Amino acid sequence: MKEGGLIRAVLTSRSLVIGLLLTFIAVAAALVSFLWTPYDHTLADNIANKLQTPSAQHWFGTDQLGRDILSMIMVGARTSIAVAFVAVGIGMGLGVPLGLAAAARRGGLLDEIIMRTNDLIFAFPSLLIAIMITAIFGPSATNAIIAIGIFNIPVFARLTRAGALSLWTKDYVLSARVAGKGPARISFEHILPNITNLLIVQGTIQFSLGILAESALSFVGLGAQPPTPSWGRMLTDSQTLIYIAPHTALFPGFAILLTVLGLNLAGDGLRDIFDPRIRRTGR
Amino acid sequence: MGIYVVKRLGSLLISLIVASLVIFFALEVVPGDPASFMLGLNAQPDTVAALRAELGLNEPLPQRYASWISGMAVGDFGTSYTYRTPVEGMFADRLVISLPLALYALSLTVLIAFPVGIWAATKRGSLTDVTVMGATQLGIAIPNFWFGVLIVIAFAINLQWFAAGGFPGWDEGFFPAMKALTLPAVALALPQASILARVMRSSLLDTLGEDYIRTARAKGLTRRQALWRHALRNALIPVLTIIGLQFSFLLAGGIIIEKVFFLPGLGSLILQSISQRDLIVVKSAVMILVFAVIFVNFLVDLAYAWVDPRLRRGR
Repeated sequence: MKEGGLIRAVLTSRSLVIGLLLTFIAVAAALVSFLWTPYDHTLADNIANKLQTPSAQHWFGTDQLGRDILSMIMVGARTSIAVAFVAVGIGMGLGVPLGLAAAARRGGLLDEIIMRTNDLIFAFPSLLIAIMITAIFGPSATNAIIAIGIFNIPVFARLTRAGALSLWTKDYVLSARVAGKGPARISFEHILPNITNLLIVQGTIQFSLGILAESALSFVGLGAQPPTPSWGRMLTDSQTLIYIAPHTALFPGFAILLTVLGLNLAGDGLRDIFDPRIRRTGR
Repeated sequence: MGIYVVKRLGSLLISLIVASLVIFFALEVVPGDPASFMLGLNAQPDTVAALRAELGLNEPLPQRYASWISGMAVGDFGTSYTYRTPVEGMFADRLVISLPLALYALSLTVLIAFPVGIWAATKRGSLTDVTVMGATQLGIAIPNFWFGVLIVIAFAINLQWFAAGGFPGWDEGFFPAMKALTLPAVALALPQASILARVMRSSLLDTLGEDYIRTARAKGLTRRQALWRHALRNALIPVLTIIGLQFSFLLAGGIIIEKVFFLPGLGSLILQSISQRDLIVVKSAVMILVFAVIFVNFLVDLAYAWVDPRLRRGR
């Protein structure tokens, strides 16, 4: 038992280190792409260079139009990260106040309405929301953000409500009530600061799910539209090329995999740090 | 149990009605007139008006909603704007691919996740456990459509064990059809199996720490006996929730996987209908998928009550 705990303790801190490192690489690639990319991603620098396998000039090779795949991936990181990040913002921005309100009015009509609406949204996987929005407004990165963001709302609302409910029974909340503070003030001054850890961990997980969802939506043509590079659409383009140029399918996929893996590992590591109890019981 | 089922059935109906209202009104406020879209830019106004009347677009909204819902209830889904054929026929052709695919993937998910999760839980903290859990991290992070592309490269292009895509149809026999669905089902199942294995493991570890397991051990059961007789059934409750959620992910995820493997399922019909602005198809297809999600969650609730009698009174 002791030995197992030790292995785990080393591994959890390691997962945080690896996770943050991978996340950092993805974010750095996106930021650097604003200033510099190895080649201009918008112009096919030379159509004669198309479908080159990885080489010293083009580390990840070139695509069907002769564009440098490394540059495309760097610029594509912007799309993925921006979409997922804003979608988490929407989910938190709306879900957390709703969850706080539901917990403050626990058992009441407002609580019931908020939670039943949440259940309803849960019946619509983000892909279906995206399909409906796209059917109405046409495909775009903005619609992908809205679809993933809507899907995030009930996730944060439920988590916030559950976390807040247990806090409402605490003595310090009771004393705040005795001191005459209203439910809204208690929610923001006493409840919210105490569930920040929960929200950060969940935010990391939703961020990684958002990256996956964005790439899936782009892959089926419901996300970012050309010429905006995105990892998902690079994979769509490569789908017809896998017989002659499988490398075009490899690198965008690895970019998604490593970014999502990084965020998940970071989330796990953060959870262990915030809640050492979990580490000890070995869950 | 009887009252419980009736109560759940009631909330199932309410969910369906609200969901259908959301879908209907969301897709009815769409800018653009389907009739003028179908007839093209050069259509005469009176032709457009005639088609609007034929499609029932002049009726007031509540009446159109009522006829949409009552039609669906008896299997009349309307007529496709693009193909001028009954939508229910198009769905039937597509669902015989999408539904078996989702069920196939769900079976694979359970068949992989249960043994892996139980095994990792019994070997908790060991190198095996750490390796298996590391592998599931990879499985969760991998986009399923990319994994689909990778297994096409490996098993269809290099080894040539499977076709790279397409569907022969059930007329060709059960096994050729299932063979065509195997790679798509594997691609769908892997990430879900990774999630489920982790849930299984942690849930089982929780129950193994319970007092009644200690009691069971104290009365002389071996670890293995205590696990199979007492821990597993209790550990199944959170696992069932996840399986219910996963079925909806598998159905919706099929939309994407169908594109990877060029399967003519419900998903490809939806994507095609969006680009053709065939909104009646989109509307009814989304409703079918949402219905499936809500219905599966209803079944999960019933399964809960069966596994844990305490819940029958709780709600």
